[in-house]
Amino acid sequence: MTTSAPSASSQAPARRSAREEITAFVVMTALFAAAPLAVYPFFMMQALCFALFACAFNLLIGYVGLLSFGHAMFLGTAGYLSAHAARVWGLAPELSILFGVVGSTALGVVTGALAIRRQGIYFAMITLALSQMIYFFCLEAPFTHGEDGIQGVPQGVLLGLIPLSNPWALYYVVLTIFLIGFFVIYRTVNSPFGEVLKAIRENEPRAVSLGYRVDQYKLAAFVLSAALSGLAGGTKAIVAQNASLTDVHYSMSGEVVLMTLLGGMGTIYGPVVGALILVAMQNYLAQYGQWVTVIQGVIFVVCVLLFRRGVVGEIAHRFKLSL
Amino acid sequence: MRSQVAFGFLAGLLLANAALADDKVVKIGNLDDMSGLYSDIGGLGSSLAAQMAIEDSGLTKKGWTIDVVGADHQNKADVAAGIARKWFDEEKVDAIVGLDNSATALAVSQVGKEKNGVVIPSGAASSALTNKACNANTIHWTYDTFALANGTGKSMVKAGGDSWFFITADYAFGHDLQNDTTAVVQANGGKVVGSVNVPINTPDFSSYLLQAQNSKAKIVALANAGGDTTNSIKQAHEFGLTAGGQKLAALLLFISDVNALGLEVAQGLSLTATFYWDLNDGTREFSKRFSERMKNHAMPTMTQAGVYSSVLHYLKALEALGGNPHDGAKVIAKMKELPTDDPLFGKGYIRADGRKIHPAYLFEVKTPAESKYPWDYYKLVATIPAEEAFRPLAQSECPLVKK
Amino acid sequence: MFAALAVSPQALFGQLLLGLINGAFYALLSLGLAVIFGMLNIVNFAHGALYMMGAFCAYFLLKDFGLDYWYALVLAPLIMGVVGALIERLFLKRIAGLDHLYGLLLTFGLALIIQGVFQNYFGSSGLPYAIPPALSGGRNLGFMFLPNYRAWVVAFSLIVCLATWFMIERTKLGAYLRAATENPTLVRAFGINVPRMITLTYAFGVALAGLAGVLAAPINQVRPLMGADFIIVVFAVVVIGGMGSIMGSIVTGFVLGVVEGLTKVFYPEASNTVVFVIMAIVLLIKPAGLFGRAP
Repeated sequence: MTTSAPSASSQAPARRSAREEITAFVVMTALFAAAPLAVYPFFMMQALCFALFACAFNLLIGYVGLLSFGHAMFLGTAGYLSAHAARVWGLAPELSILFGVVGSTALGVVTGALAIRRQGIYFAMITLALSQMIYFFCLEAPFTHGEDGIQGVPQGVLLGLIPLSNPWALYYVVLTIFLIGFFVIYRTVNSPFGEVLKAIRENEPRAVSLGYRVDQYKLAAFVLSAALSGLAGGTKAIVAQNASLTDVHYSMSGEVVLMTLLGGMGTIYGPVVGALILVAMQNYLAQYGQWVTVIQGVIFVVCVLLFRRGVVGEIAHRFKLSL
Repeated sequence: MRSQVAFGFLAGLLLANAALADDKVVKIGNLDDMSGLYSDIGGLGSSLAAQMAIEDSGLTKKGWTIDVVGADHQNKADVAAGIARKWFDEEKVDAIVGLDNSATALAVSQVGKEKNGVVIPSGAASSALTNKACNANTIHWTYDTFALANGTGKSMVKAGGDSWFFITADYAFGHDLQNDTTAVVQANGGKVVGSVNVPINTPDFSSYLLQAQNSKAKIVALANAGGDTTNSIKQAHEFGLTAGGQKLAALLLFISDVNALGLEVAQGLSLTATFYWDLNDGTREFSKRFSERMKNHAMPTMTQAGVYSSVLHYLKALEALGGNPHDGAKVIAKMKELPTDDPLFGKGYIRADGRKIHPAYLFEVKTPAESKYPWDYYKLVATIPAEEAFRPLAQSECPLVKK
Repeated sequence: MFAALAVSPQALFGQLLLGLINGAFYALLSLGLAVIFGMLNIVNFAHGALYMMGAFCAYFLLKDFGLDYWYALVLAPLIMGVVGALIERLFLKRIAGLDHLYGLLLTFGLALIIQGVFQNYFGSSGLPYAIPPALSGGRNLGFMFLPNYRAWVVAFSLIVCLATWFMIERTKLGAYLRAATENPTLVRAFGINVPRMITLTYAFGVALAGLAGVLAAPINQVRPLMGADFIIVVFAVVVIGGMGSIMGSIVTGFVLGVVEGLTKVFYPEASNTVVFVIMAIVLLIKPAGLFGRAP
């Protein structure tokens, strides 16, 4: 019995034109490029990091149909590794982030090998459990400083040229990193590899019977997702100048699921929109304390019951676009 | 688009040159644990204390505009740092007070240095704030781990408790408290036979208490605070720890904790504090006014008293400067220059390393029979003079201290 | 032997006993989860929040109605059962036909709502709930001092777990329940009200969570987040035991509590992680869980 994975429409996608896609991409880039004029740059940078994280997560759930409930382990581990590299070893920011990505990729290979043996609920449970192991490891390991986290991470100078302590410079660097990550996902999804992934999502036994090494494809997607989540995590550590347990806690895993669900699983731009909405909500409603958690819960419930396509999914469905 | 760019550029310029002429506009931010483990120690009470300090300073009548904002750091250093950064950058907050969690205080102190703001932790305990982590934008008010160790630690060792086992909250505060107390214990001839690190917000201490019982240490020291402390004490009673001959040392205990525990359970505990509502007329007068406005009519804890005292002194310094220069280091320097005097902590002063100096007191929790009226919880055992209460300047590793 | 292991028998037995007590909670909570998953195929992420509500029920029953612990033991599960039935009717029924992952997401959202609301009204610090006088005090067992209340928790949980197992596996009602989940259409054709059975099953699982909450109230403080971190461990227990197996959850719950206790003696830093390590190993070797049927 194959369970149909939660994703956007399984109907034939709206006819895609290159022009539509390029327009969408340009609009997004332009909006982000102009954003710091109107919005507090630090908040935008956080939003971009989470957007990348959500896009990486969406690769798994939207296109392979695997709901990972432990993605925080990649974000957080990369964050800690990058923070440590920058602060204690004094590496340049690009090397620190790279170190974080390498770490999360390696973690992705190990956890992926364990997790993809199962599907559906069991996959979610395994990823949750593995993520909890990482959480407790981070709690105990001396280099993470437990509850204090790694503080005072220097932002340094990128490539020896760009001082990242300048908020404008930092913003455009983060935007570039986001666009690169986004582009990687985009190209992956719209490629023969991506088509096989979607085939696996729709009907795994059939993909197997057609001769595809399904496990290898799933593992590859998992590792890619882990690597890009690590990129988001490492960048976030440099931006926020700290790494803490919040980033490896399972509630962070829950948040990225929410971002993707709200934005639209299985759409390219959905996670970006979802991340923006969620980070904005946390920022502007921060004074309401725990009501933010309640609102997040309500959004989860409403989305699952009534709004499964998510914001971007609904728009795409309404206007017959492919987003 | 171009006018937008121009406007943005101009706005950026103005923001960057925030060193406008001195004005009479002040914004204070109370960053605390508003809903968690430590919310009764500081929390909304600290916001109230800040508000009362503004009213009592009389500056609003003299034409000053003083606002207080509050936020919940949820005991997370990254959340605290993010809020502090946003407050300093976007919302023109001048001073951040409260900060009753050492990790958050340390993180915000760094941000304060970066943004040249004013940071005055009243609730945080870690003595690192005036030691290795000191800077020119931070003053550490109320108390610190050294004062606690020096008070409770020393008195218990001298009373015969020469073997210690620590149950420690696993973060900056707990470690610092354990380290400072260990130093005092060893200096007075005692020894530490064991310790265990416990994550904050742990509900069940049974296995740690069992380890403490098995260690046969004479003193089981709780290097934790707030809800963790009350949980450990309650469960220690459940497991018959004191009945078995060991003594409990609650290294950091607030009046709100004693209220939560009840005198039945808390009686006999020794504690060190720098403020008690019933100490003298000055403290009583303030506390009465405070409890009338406080929900549950609670009496102020020393943290909340510290917020009042620090905000009062901060405003005094601003008044002496003739206006708010929006320059953190400058204001802190002025605060260090002026001696402090308020009905809550008496006369004191602020040292070069940012340590506020005032006397400390050793209290013992009364038995239910000894308590005659609501909140009559402590009896004064000893007064530790201001000069002895805190780490001597000569021992400080703060780079601001000229050797 | 103990000298060779470099640990005193006192420490060992003491931690084992404490582990058994923790295991009782694991067993009781994972029992509710296993019932719900086994019967309804829903991963009830709200279980921790509902456990917390059970504890709060006990607190309010005492504070506002003067009904002590013994009343709470009966009333709180009943109240929580009603809450569970409402949740099932209002929310879970609507996603019955969809992918099971939506059930997980929905209950996760419900957990956030419940916990958030409680946190807003009660803060995060705990509310006190006293140990009932009849169970206070304790006895010195030589290797440790065992509070009576904790002994009661183990005994009572064991009884409830076994009674539940018996009811589901050995009675007619239980047979109907099991049949209704395996083949609802056929069972409906026999004239049995399947939707009502499903509601009852969920309500029962939630009632078990509420009962665990009442048991926990005197030990831990009654806090809005008391279920939040516990729930992940309980999930691991259920997965290890076999997600549909009642006996599996009970046995695994107790055993894992003891294993955790052992770890606390020899390697305390790993005590939090040991459950997940075991889960990873079990999933690799026997994916259906130790007692589970193949999925």
